[in-house]
Amino acid sequence: MYRYDEFDDKLVGERVEQFRRQVERRLAGELSEDQFKPLRLMNGLYMQLHAYMLRVNVPYGSLSSKQMRAFAHIARTYDKGFGHFTTRQNIQYNWVKLEETPDLLRELADVEVTAIQSSGNCVRNITSDQYAGRAEEELADPRIYCELLRQYSVLHPEFSYLPRKFKIAVTGSPTDRAAVALHDIGLRMHRNDAGEMGFEVLVGGGQGRTPFIAHTIREWLAPEHVLSYVEAILRIYNIFGRRDNINKARIKIIVNQMGIDKYRELVDEEWERIRDGALKLPQEEIDRIDAYFAPPVYETLEDLTTELGALREADTDFDRWMGSNVIAHKIDGYSIVNITLKAPGRVPGDINADDMDAIADLADRYSLGEIRVSHRQNLTLVDVQQRDLHTLWQELDALTLATPNLGQLTDIICCPGLDYCNLANARSIPLADDINQHFLDVDHLALVGDLTVNISGCMNACGHHHVGNIGILGVDKRGKEYFQLTLGGSSDEGASLGDRLGRGLPQEEVPGAIEAIVDCYLEVREDGERFLDAYRRVGIEPFKDAVYGTADNKEVA
Amino acid sequence: MQMIIASRLVDGRVVFMDAEAGWPVSIDDGVLLDTEEDTERLLVVAEKAVQNCEIVDPYPIEVVVENGERRPAEVREAIRAFGPSVRTDQLVESE
Repeated sequence: MYRYDEFDDKLVGERVEQFRRQVERRLAGELSEDQFKPLRLMNGLYMQLHAYMLRVNVPYGSLSSKQMRAFAHIARTYDKGFGHFTTRQNIQYNWVKLEETPDLLRELADVEVTAIQSSGNCVRNITSDQYAGRAEEELADPRIYCELLRQYSVLHPEFSYLPRKFKIAVTGSPTDRAAVALHDIGLRMHRNDAGEMGFEVLVGGGQGRTPFIAHTIREWLAPEHVLSYVEAILRIYNIFGRRDNINKARIKIIVNQMGIDKYRELVDEEWERIRDGALKLPQEEIDRIDAYFAPPVYETLEDLTTELGALREADTDFDRWMGSNVIAHKIDGYSIVNITLKAPGRVPGDINADDMDAIADLADRYSLGEIRVSHRQNLTLVDVQQRDLHTLWQELDALTLATPNLGQLTDIICCPGLDYCNLANARSIPLADDINQHFLDVDHLALVGDLTVNISGCMNACGHHHVGNIGILGVDKRGKEYFQLTLGGSSDEGASLGDRLGRGLPQEEVPGAIEAIVDCYLEVREDGERFLDAYRRVGIEPFKDAVYGTADNKEVA
Repeated sequence: MQMIIASRLVDGRVVFMDAEAGWPVSIDDGVLLDTEEDTERLLVVAEKAVQNCEIVDPYPIEVVVENGERRPAEVREAIRAFGPSVRTDQLVESE
């Protein structure tokens, strides 16, 4: 993992003290709320429905056990004993006090964690694949470039006041678990025809009220140019991005209005000017950062799939968990273990301080002390020896953290919704629980297989509803909460936006509607076909009929 | 009827304006306003509390009183008044 050097320490420490003085001035009345708001947002501090909310960065979703324990300490000391992992691999605390925030940030700085640029119109946390450096099919480790981009973009004077927020994601795997096509900039590592590793650069993706799948702006970019090319994109956006209308200020709007060819032309013109300047990455610098992410020293182990087979045969629950939550590792004898934070009665993405401590302990004992956060709001232990899997499962099960539903219908992405969020129109968390309670049969869920359900409480789409196989959007209809369903969305390497199914439904009708959709899928699917593939083959009509019947298909709320 | 709702500056807690221009956390301790004129008058007073760094973002909400119990008419404001509808056990324990 990356470790702070003297520059990082100094910069973060100074930033905390700067914010401490800003808070003091606000409390003393020397700064108005209008003056203070952009300052607190640059430090991740929002005002939500009930209290201040602090968003803390988890750079590219990678955490040490020490940092997880610090999160638990923060939850107990400054919050109400829990935190919420988000779709950008961050953690949010919902109940912090303004006057205590500088001390909180100081404690985070002590474990090399910050909230800098977790909000505001600047480059946000760089996100990535939660299996980075470990996935069997990965071409290269994306974290090196995430870290380079993090260092480059933090407190960058030119890009601290962009027209709007700016999100970058990087994947080094052909299987896209980082949703790169739904980001302002997506970087996808691949080899060119000459066999050289580089990046496909995507630009202008995003969700919110105007969703777009990103365009490829450059098919292949040499790694030494990643900072200069990103800078050229940012500079053109900073010049041409709209500042007159917050709803049209994201880069996706300007890219799609201007057209990708024109945007590319402007970027390339700027890039030609700067590409061989100060931002051209020397190989020594890439190597220096790469060293932080060197693979751990793995033991030489035999693959234990056969031995585990006997344990799986003897214990159905273990077998289900293995089949769902355990993923192949690139090193023989090791596995990647996912801990879904989704179960009946559990708020998706939420985790109590005691569970944070417990997972930190498990990471130390079974996974070389590292924990990853996924954009689907789950946690991952990336270096588990296969011989420890059964014991680890038993320990997770005792903590009720062994729900075998990774990637299944109940592994729901869910924003905080109207229970917490100032922008929301409807409550998403209670609906997520209704769905979880409706689909309790784990064997049925396994039979249904891969099916993502994403819920957003408003059109800002923090719950990624546009790219859920089943997407659910909360709306306010004459003072009542309704939910609109979309089908066919996907955030993976074949990213697509969902199609609207029909009129909005009240909360109590949504689980039944999902059941009808699932039943329809099971009826039409061909051998081994995922929900998404079946939907793309048969189209929306059978699902419309299943949910609404044939009479009122056309009625749209 | 209306009430004035706001967030307390130091900790962001939801507060309601009372008859003495104080800002208690319980909806039951806030003042009910019968007329538009009363609301407008108290919003001017609330603005002074903003200037004095007591609160931020005061605004009026519609409130229904049934069987002596007050409840904001809008779902959003009811959630603000009574807290999230989820994790209620943990939130109460941690108060």
